[in-house]
Order: sequence, then C-alpha cells, then structure tokens
Amino acid sequence: MNRTATSSQQSGSLHRFANPARFLRLAQAVFPWSAGAMALCIAAGLYLGLFVAPPDYQQGESVRIMYVHVPAAWMALFVYANMALASASLLIWRHPLAGLIAKASAPVGTAFTFLALFTGSLWGKPMWGTWWVWDARLTSVLILFFIYLGHMALINAFENPERGQKAAAVLTLVGVVNLPIIKFSVDWWNTLHQPASVTRIGTPAIHSSMLWPLLLMALGFTFYYVTVLILRLRAEMLASRLRAMNRLAAEEG
Amino acid sequence: MSGGGAPIRSVVARDLRLALRQRSDILTIVLFFALTASLFPFALGPYPDLLQRVAPGVIWVTALLAVLLSLERLFLADYEDGSLELLALSPLPLEAIVLAKTFAHWLTTGLPLTAATPLIALLYDMPASGLAVLLAAMILGTPSLSLIGSIGAALALGARRGGVLIPLLVLPLYVPILIFGVAAVDAALSDLAARPHLLLLAALLAVALPTAAFAGAAALRQAVE
Repeated sequence: MNRTATSSQQSGSLHRFANPARFLRLAQAVFPWSAGAMALCIAAGLYLGLFVAPPDYQQGESVRIMYVHVPAAWMALFVYANMALASASLLIWRHPLAGLIAKASAPVGTAFTFLALFTGSLWGKPMWGTWWVWDARLTSVLILFFIYLGHMALINAFENPERGQKAAAVLTLVGVVNLPIIKFSVDWWNTLHQPASVTRIGTPAIHSSMLWPLLLMALGFTFYYVTVLILRLRAEMLASRLRAMNRLAAEEG
Repeated sequence: MSGGGAPIRSVVARDLRLALRQRSDILTIVLFFALTASLFPFALGPYPDLLQRVAPGVIWVTALLAVLLSLERLFLADYEDGSLELLALSPLPLEAIVLAKTFAHWLTTGLPLTAATPLIALLYDMPASGLAVLLAAMILGTPSLSLIGSIGAALALGARRGGVLIPLLVLPLYVPILIFGVAAVDAALSDLAARPHLLLLAALLAVALPTAAFAGAAALRQAVE
C-alpha cells in the first residue's frame, strides 16, 4: 500500500515542477535587484546609524546598537509570520512551494531572533547592568527562538521530506499564539524593556535622524531575507528534483 | 448526544483499560514526580524558608517533566500496531478521538500527579491556603499540559528520535501554564488574589482544547496518510 502511494506521489512530483520552474525564473530575475538593494540599504543604514545619527542624551553611543537590534527583532517576527502564512497555504492548498518557503525561512528567522537576543544582551549590560533579565519581552522572544529550533528539528526528523514539512507547518501555526504575546508583552506587563516607540499610532516618538537609519536597516534586512530565501529555495528545489530523479532512476534501473 | 457519545466513551475506556493493565507506567510517572521533587532539598540545602519559597515552582516544573515522560506513549502504540489507522477510518471525527485519547491520558497522568501533590507540598511545608490554590491550579493546568503535549506527540509520530523531539516541541508551549500555575500559588502565599491567575489558566485550557483537537487531528492525519 505504501509502495503505490509513493509511486503516485512521484508522477505528481514531476508535473508539479511546472510551477516551481516558473517561480525559479522569476526568482532569478529578482535576485540581483534584491541583493543590490540589500547592500545599498544596509550600507546606508549603517553609515547613517553609526556616524550621522546623534548619540542619545542618556544612553550615549551605545544607543547605536538599536540600529541592528530593533530591525532584527522586527525581522524575527516578520519571518515567523511569513512562515505561518506559508504553512497555512501548505496545509490548506497543499502548495508545494509553500512548504519549501517555510523550510527555507526557518534558519533565517532563527538567525534574526538570535541576533535580536544577542544585541539586546549587549545593550542590556551597559543600560540595565545585566546581560539578561527574565522580563516578559525577553522571555517571549526566547520562546520564539525555541519554537524556531523545534521547527528545524521537526522538519528534518522524517525520512519523507513532505511529511516533515507538513508536521512543521502544524507546529508553526500552533506557535503563532506567541507573536501577539511578544508584540504586546511590553504593554501587558510592567517590563524593563521599553514599549514600542516607532509603530505607534500617530507620530513616532523618535527623531527622524534616528528613524531613517532604523528604517533603512529594516529594509536592508528584509532584502537580505528575500535574497537568502531565493538562494535557499533554489537549493531546495534542486535537491528535491535530484531526489525525484534518483527515485525514477531506481525505479527504471 | 447519547448516540455520538458512546463511541467516544469506548475510546476513553479502551485507553484507560490499557493503562490500568500497565499500572506500573502510571506509578512510574508519579514516582518520578516524587523523586525529582525530593532532589531539590538536597541540591538547595534543607532551609525551610528557601524551600517554602521555591516549592510552587519546583512542584510545577517536576509535574511538567513527569507529563513529558508520558507523552510518547500517547499515540505511539496505536500508531505502531495500526489501530490508529482504523481509528482514523472510523466515522468518528479524528478531532474527537484526539480529545478522547488526551482525556484518557490526563486521567492516567495529570490526575495521579495532582493526587500526589499534597504529599510533595507536605515535604516542602506549604501552608494549607497555598496547597488549596496549587491543587486548583493543577486541576486547571494539567489538562492543558496533556492537550498541548498531544500535539507534540502526534507531530513526532514516525520521526527519527521521536522521544527526544517531543520535549523540544512541547516545552516552549508549556511556559504560559508554568507561569500562571506558579503565579497563582505565589499570590495565595503572599495573601494576594489567586483568582485572576486561575482564570487565566482556565482561559489557556479553553484555548488549548480546540487547538489540540484541530492541530492534533491534522498531525495524526499526516501520520497515517
């Protein structure tokens, strides 16, 4: 019974290349632009953030950690939300590309989450006098990090890669409950971490000389995500095409 | 209701019968709970004030670990001998089967653990007011542990190193229950209102019920596909 199931999947996996092939062509066209935009935005953001923006009147020069920390934290959430959307479309429409997108996003999201935690820790030492506090914002981001790790462990734990993608998709959707907790943790609990100052209704509570580098870095990180996603998707698709060819060869030979 | 309830009851009864035949499994988990909880006085030193202070956290963490130990067998035996496929083919919705099996799991882990809690609380010299709230919190919280755990157990079916994988998937999601479970007891011990924390635990249970039913059923469907 299993044998017939895999062979029917094979014929399906061959004709589903139609769509990924079109995607690959599109990705190929986008790739140089996103890579270039990434380099430009990050270079401009770092220059403005490190040299042009004024030091904070209380925090001094260490405020510049913000230009990496805040965009990384945004990206940690954005990549996870993106993975959740991809997971939902994998489970609902069984879109094969969606599973690969979720799989390819997870390491990027993990890296951004780690970057946010790491830079936050570096920032916390001079400001709060400690590397780490068990504050609601920090703890919920740490849990996000663990969920990312669980996702990567689960997706690689199965012989059949599609089974792994679907199982990880269910986990991703369950983990979505953490996103609003992270976002609102600074409002719901009385935390050491400061509340949002950019994404407020009305005017942001931050001067434009600091806002610009922040937004440029966020844009640069987003382009980095797109660039890496294209690279990883290309590798994943080649790997799955290789697997399908090996299966076919084994069947014929 | 009576027509739809009978098959569900028989799923619960079957799991209970299987668990009671292997009574040592339940005992092992309770024993693990008691032993792990009694390790802390050795590690922290026999200071009554300190032990009283850490008791709610220690009891919750050890109960949580004991539940983790039991999660792998929630679906694994049925998956390996093929009865899970028969259950999936039955006209009963898979969501209901997940809830029934999780309920049986709670009856054989969460409930015995809650029953053993007064003994541990005694060892830590917990005041009666704190113990009452702790028991209420465990009655509300341990079903959520079983429910969230059932998602992890269903997802890890057929995975390599499934037993190691389940804690990795489930522990991050257990954190809210741990937080509010301990906060309720801490509030009671410092003469604050424990009710908000208990209500939050109940809310978590209300969220965990449908989440586990749908996510667990989706995971089982993939496992038997």
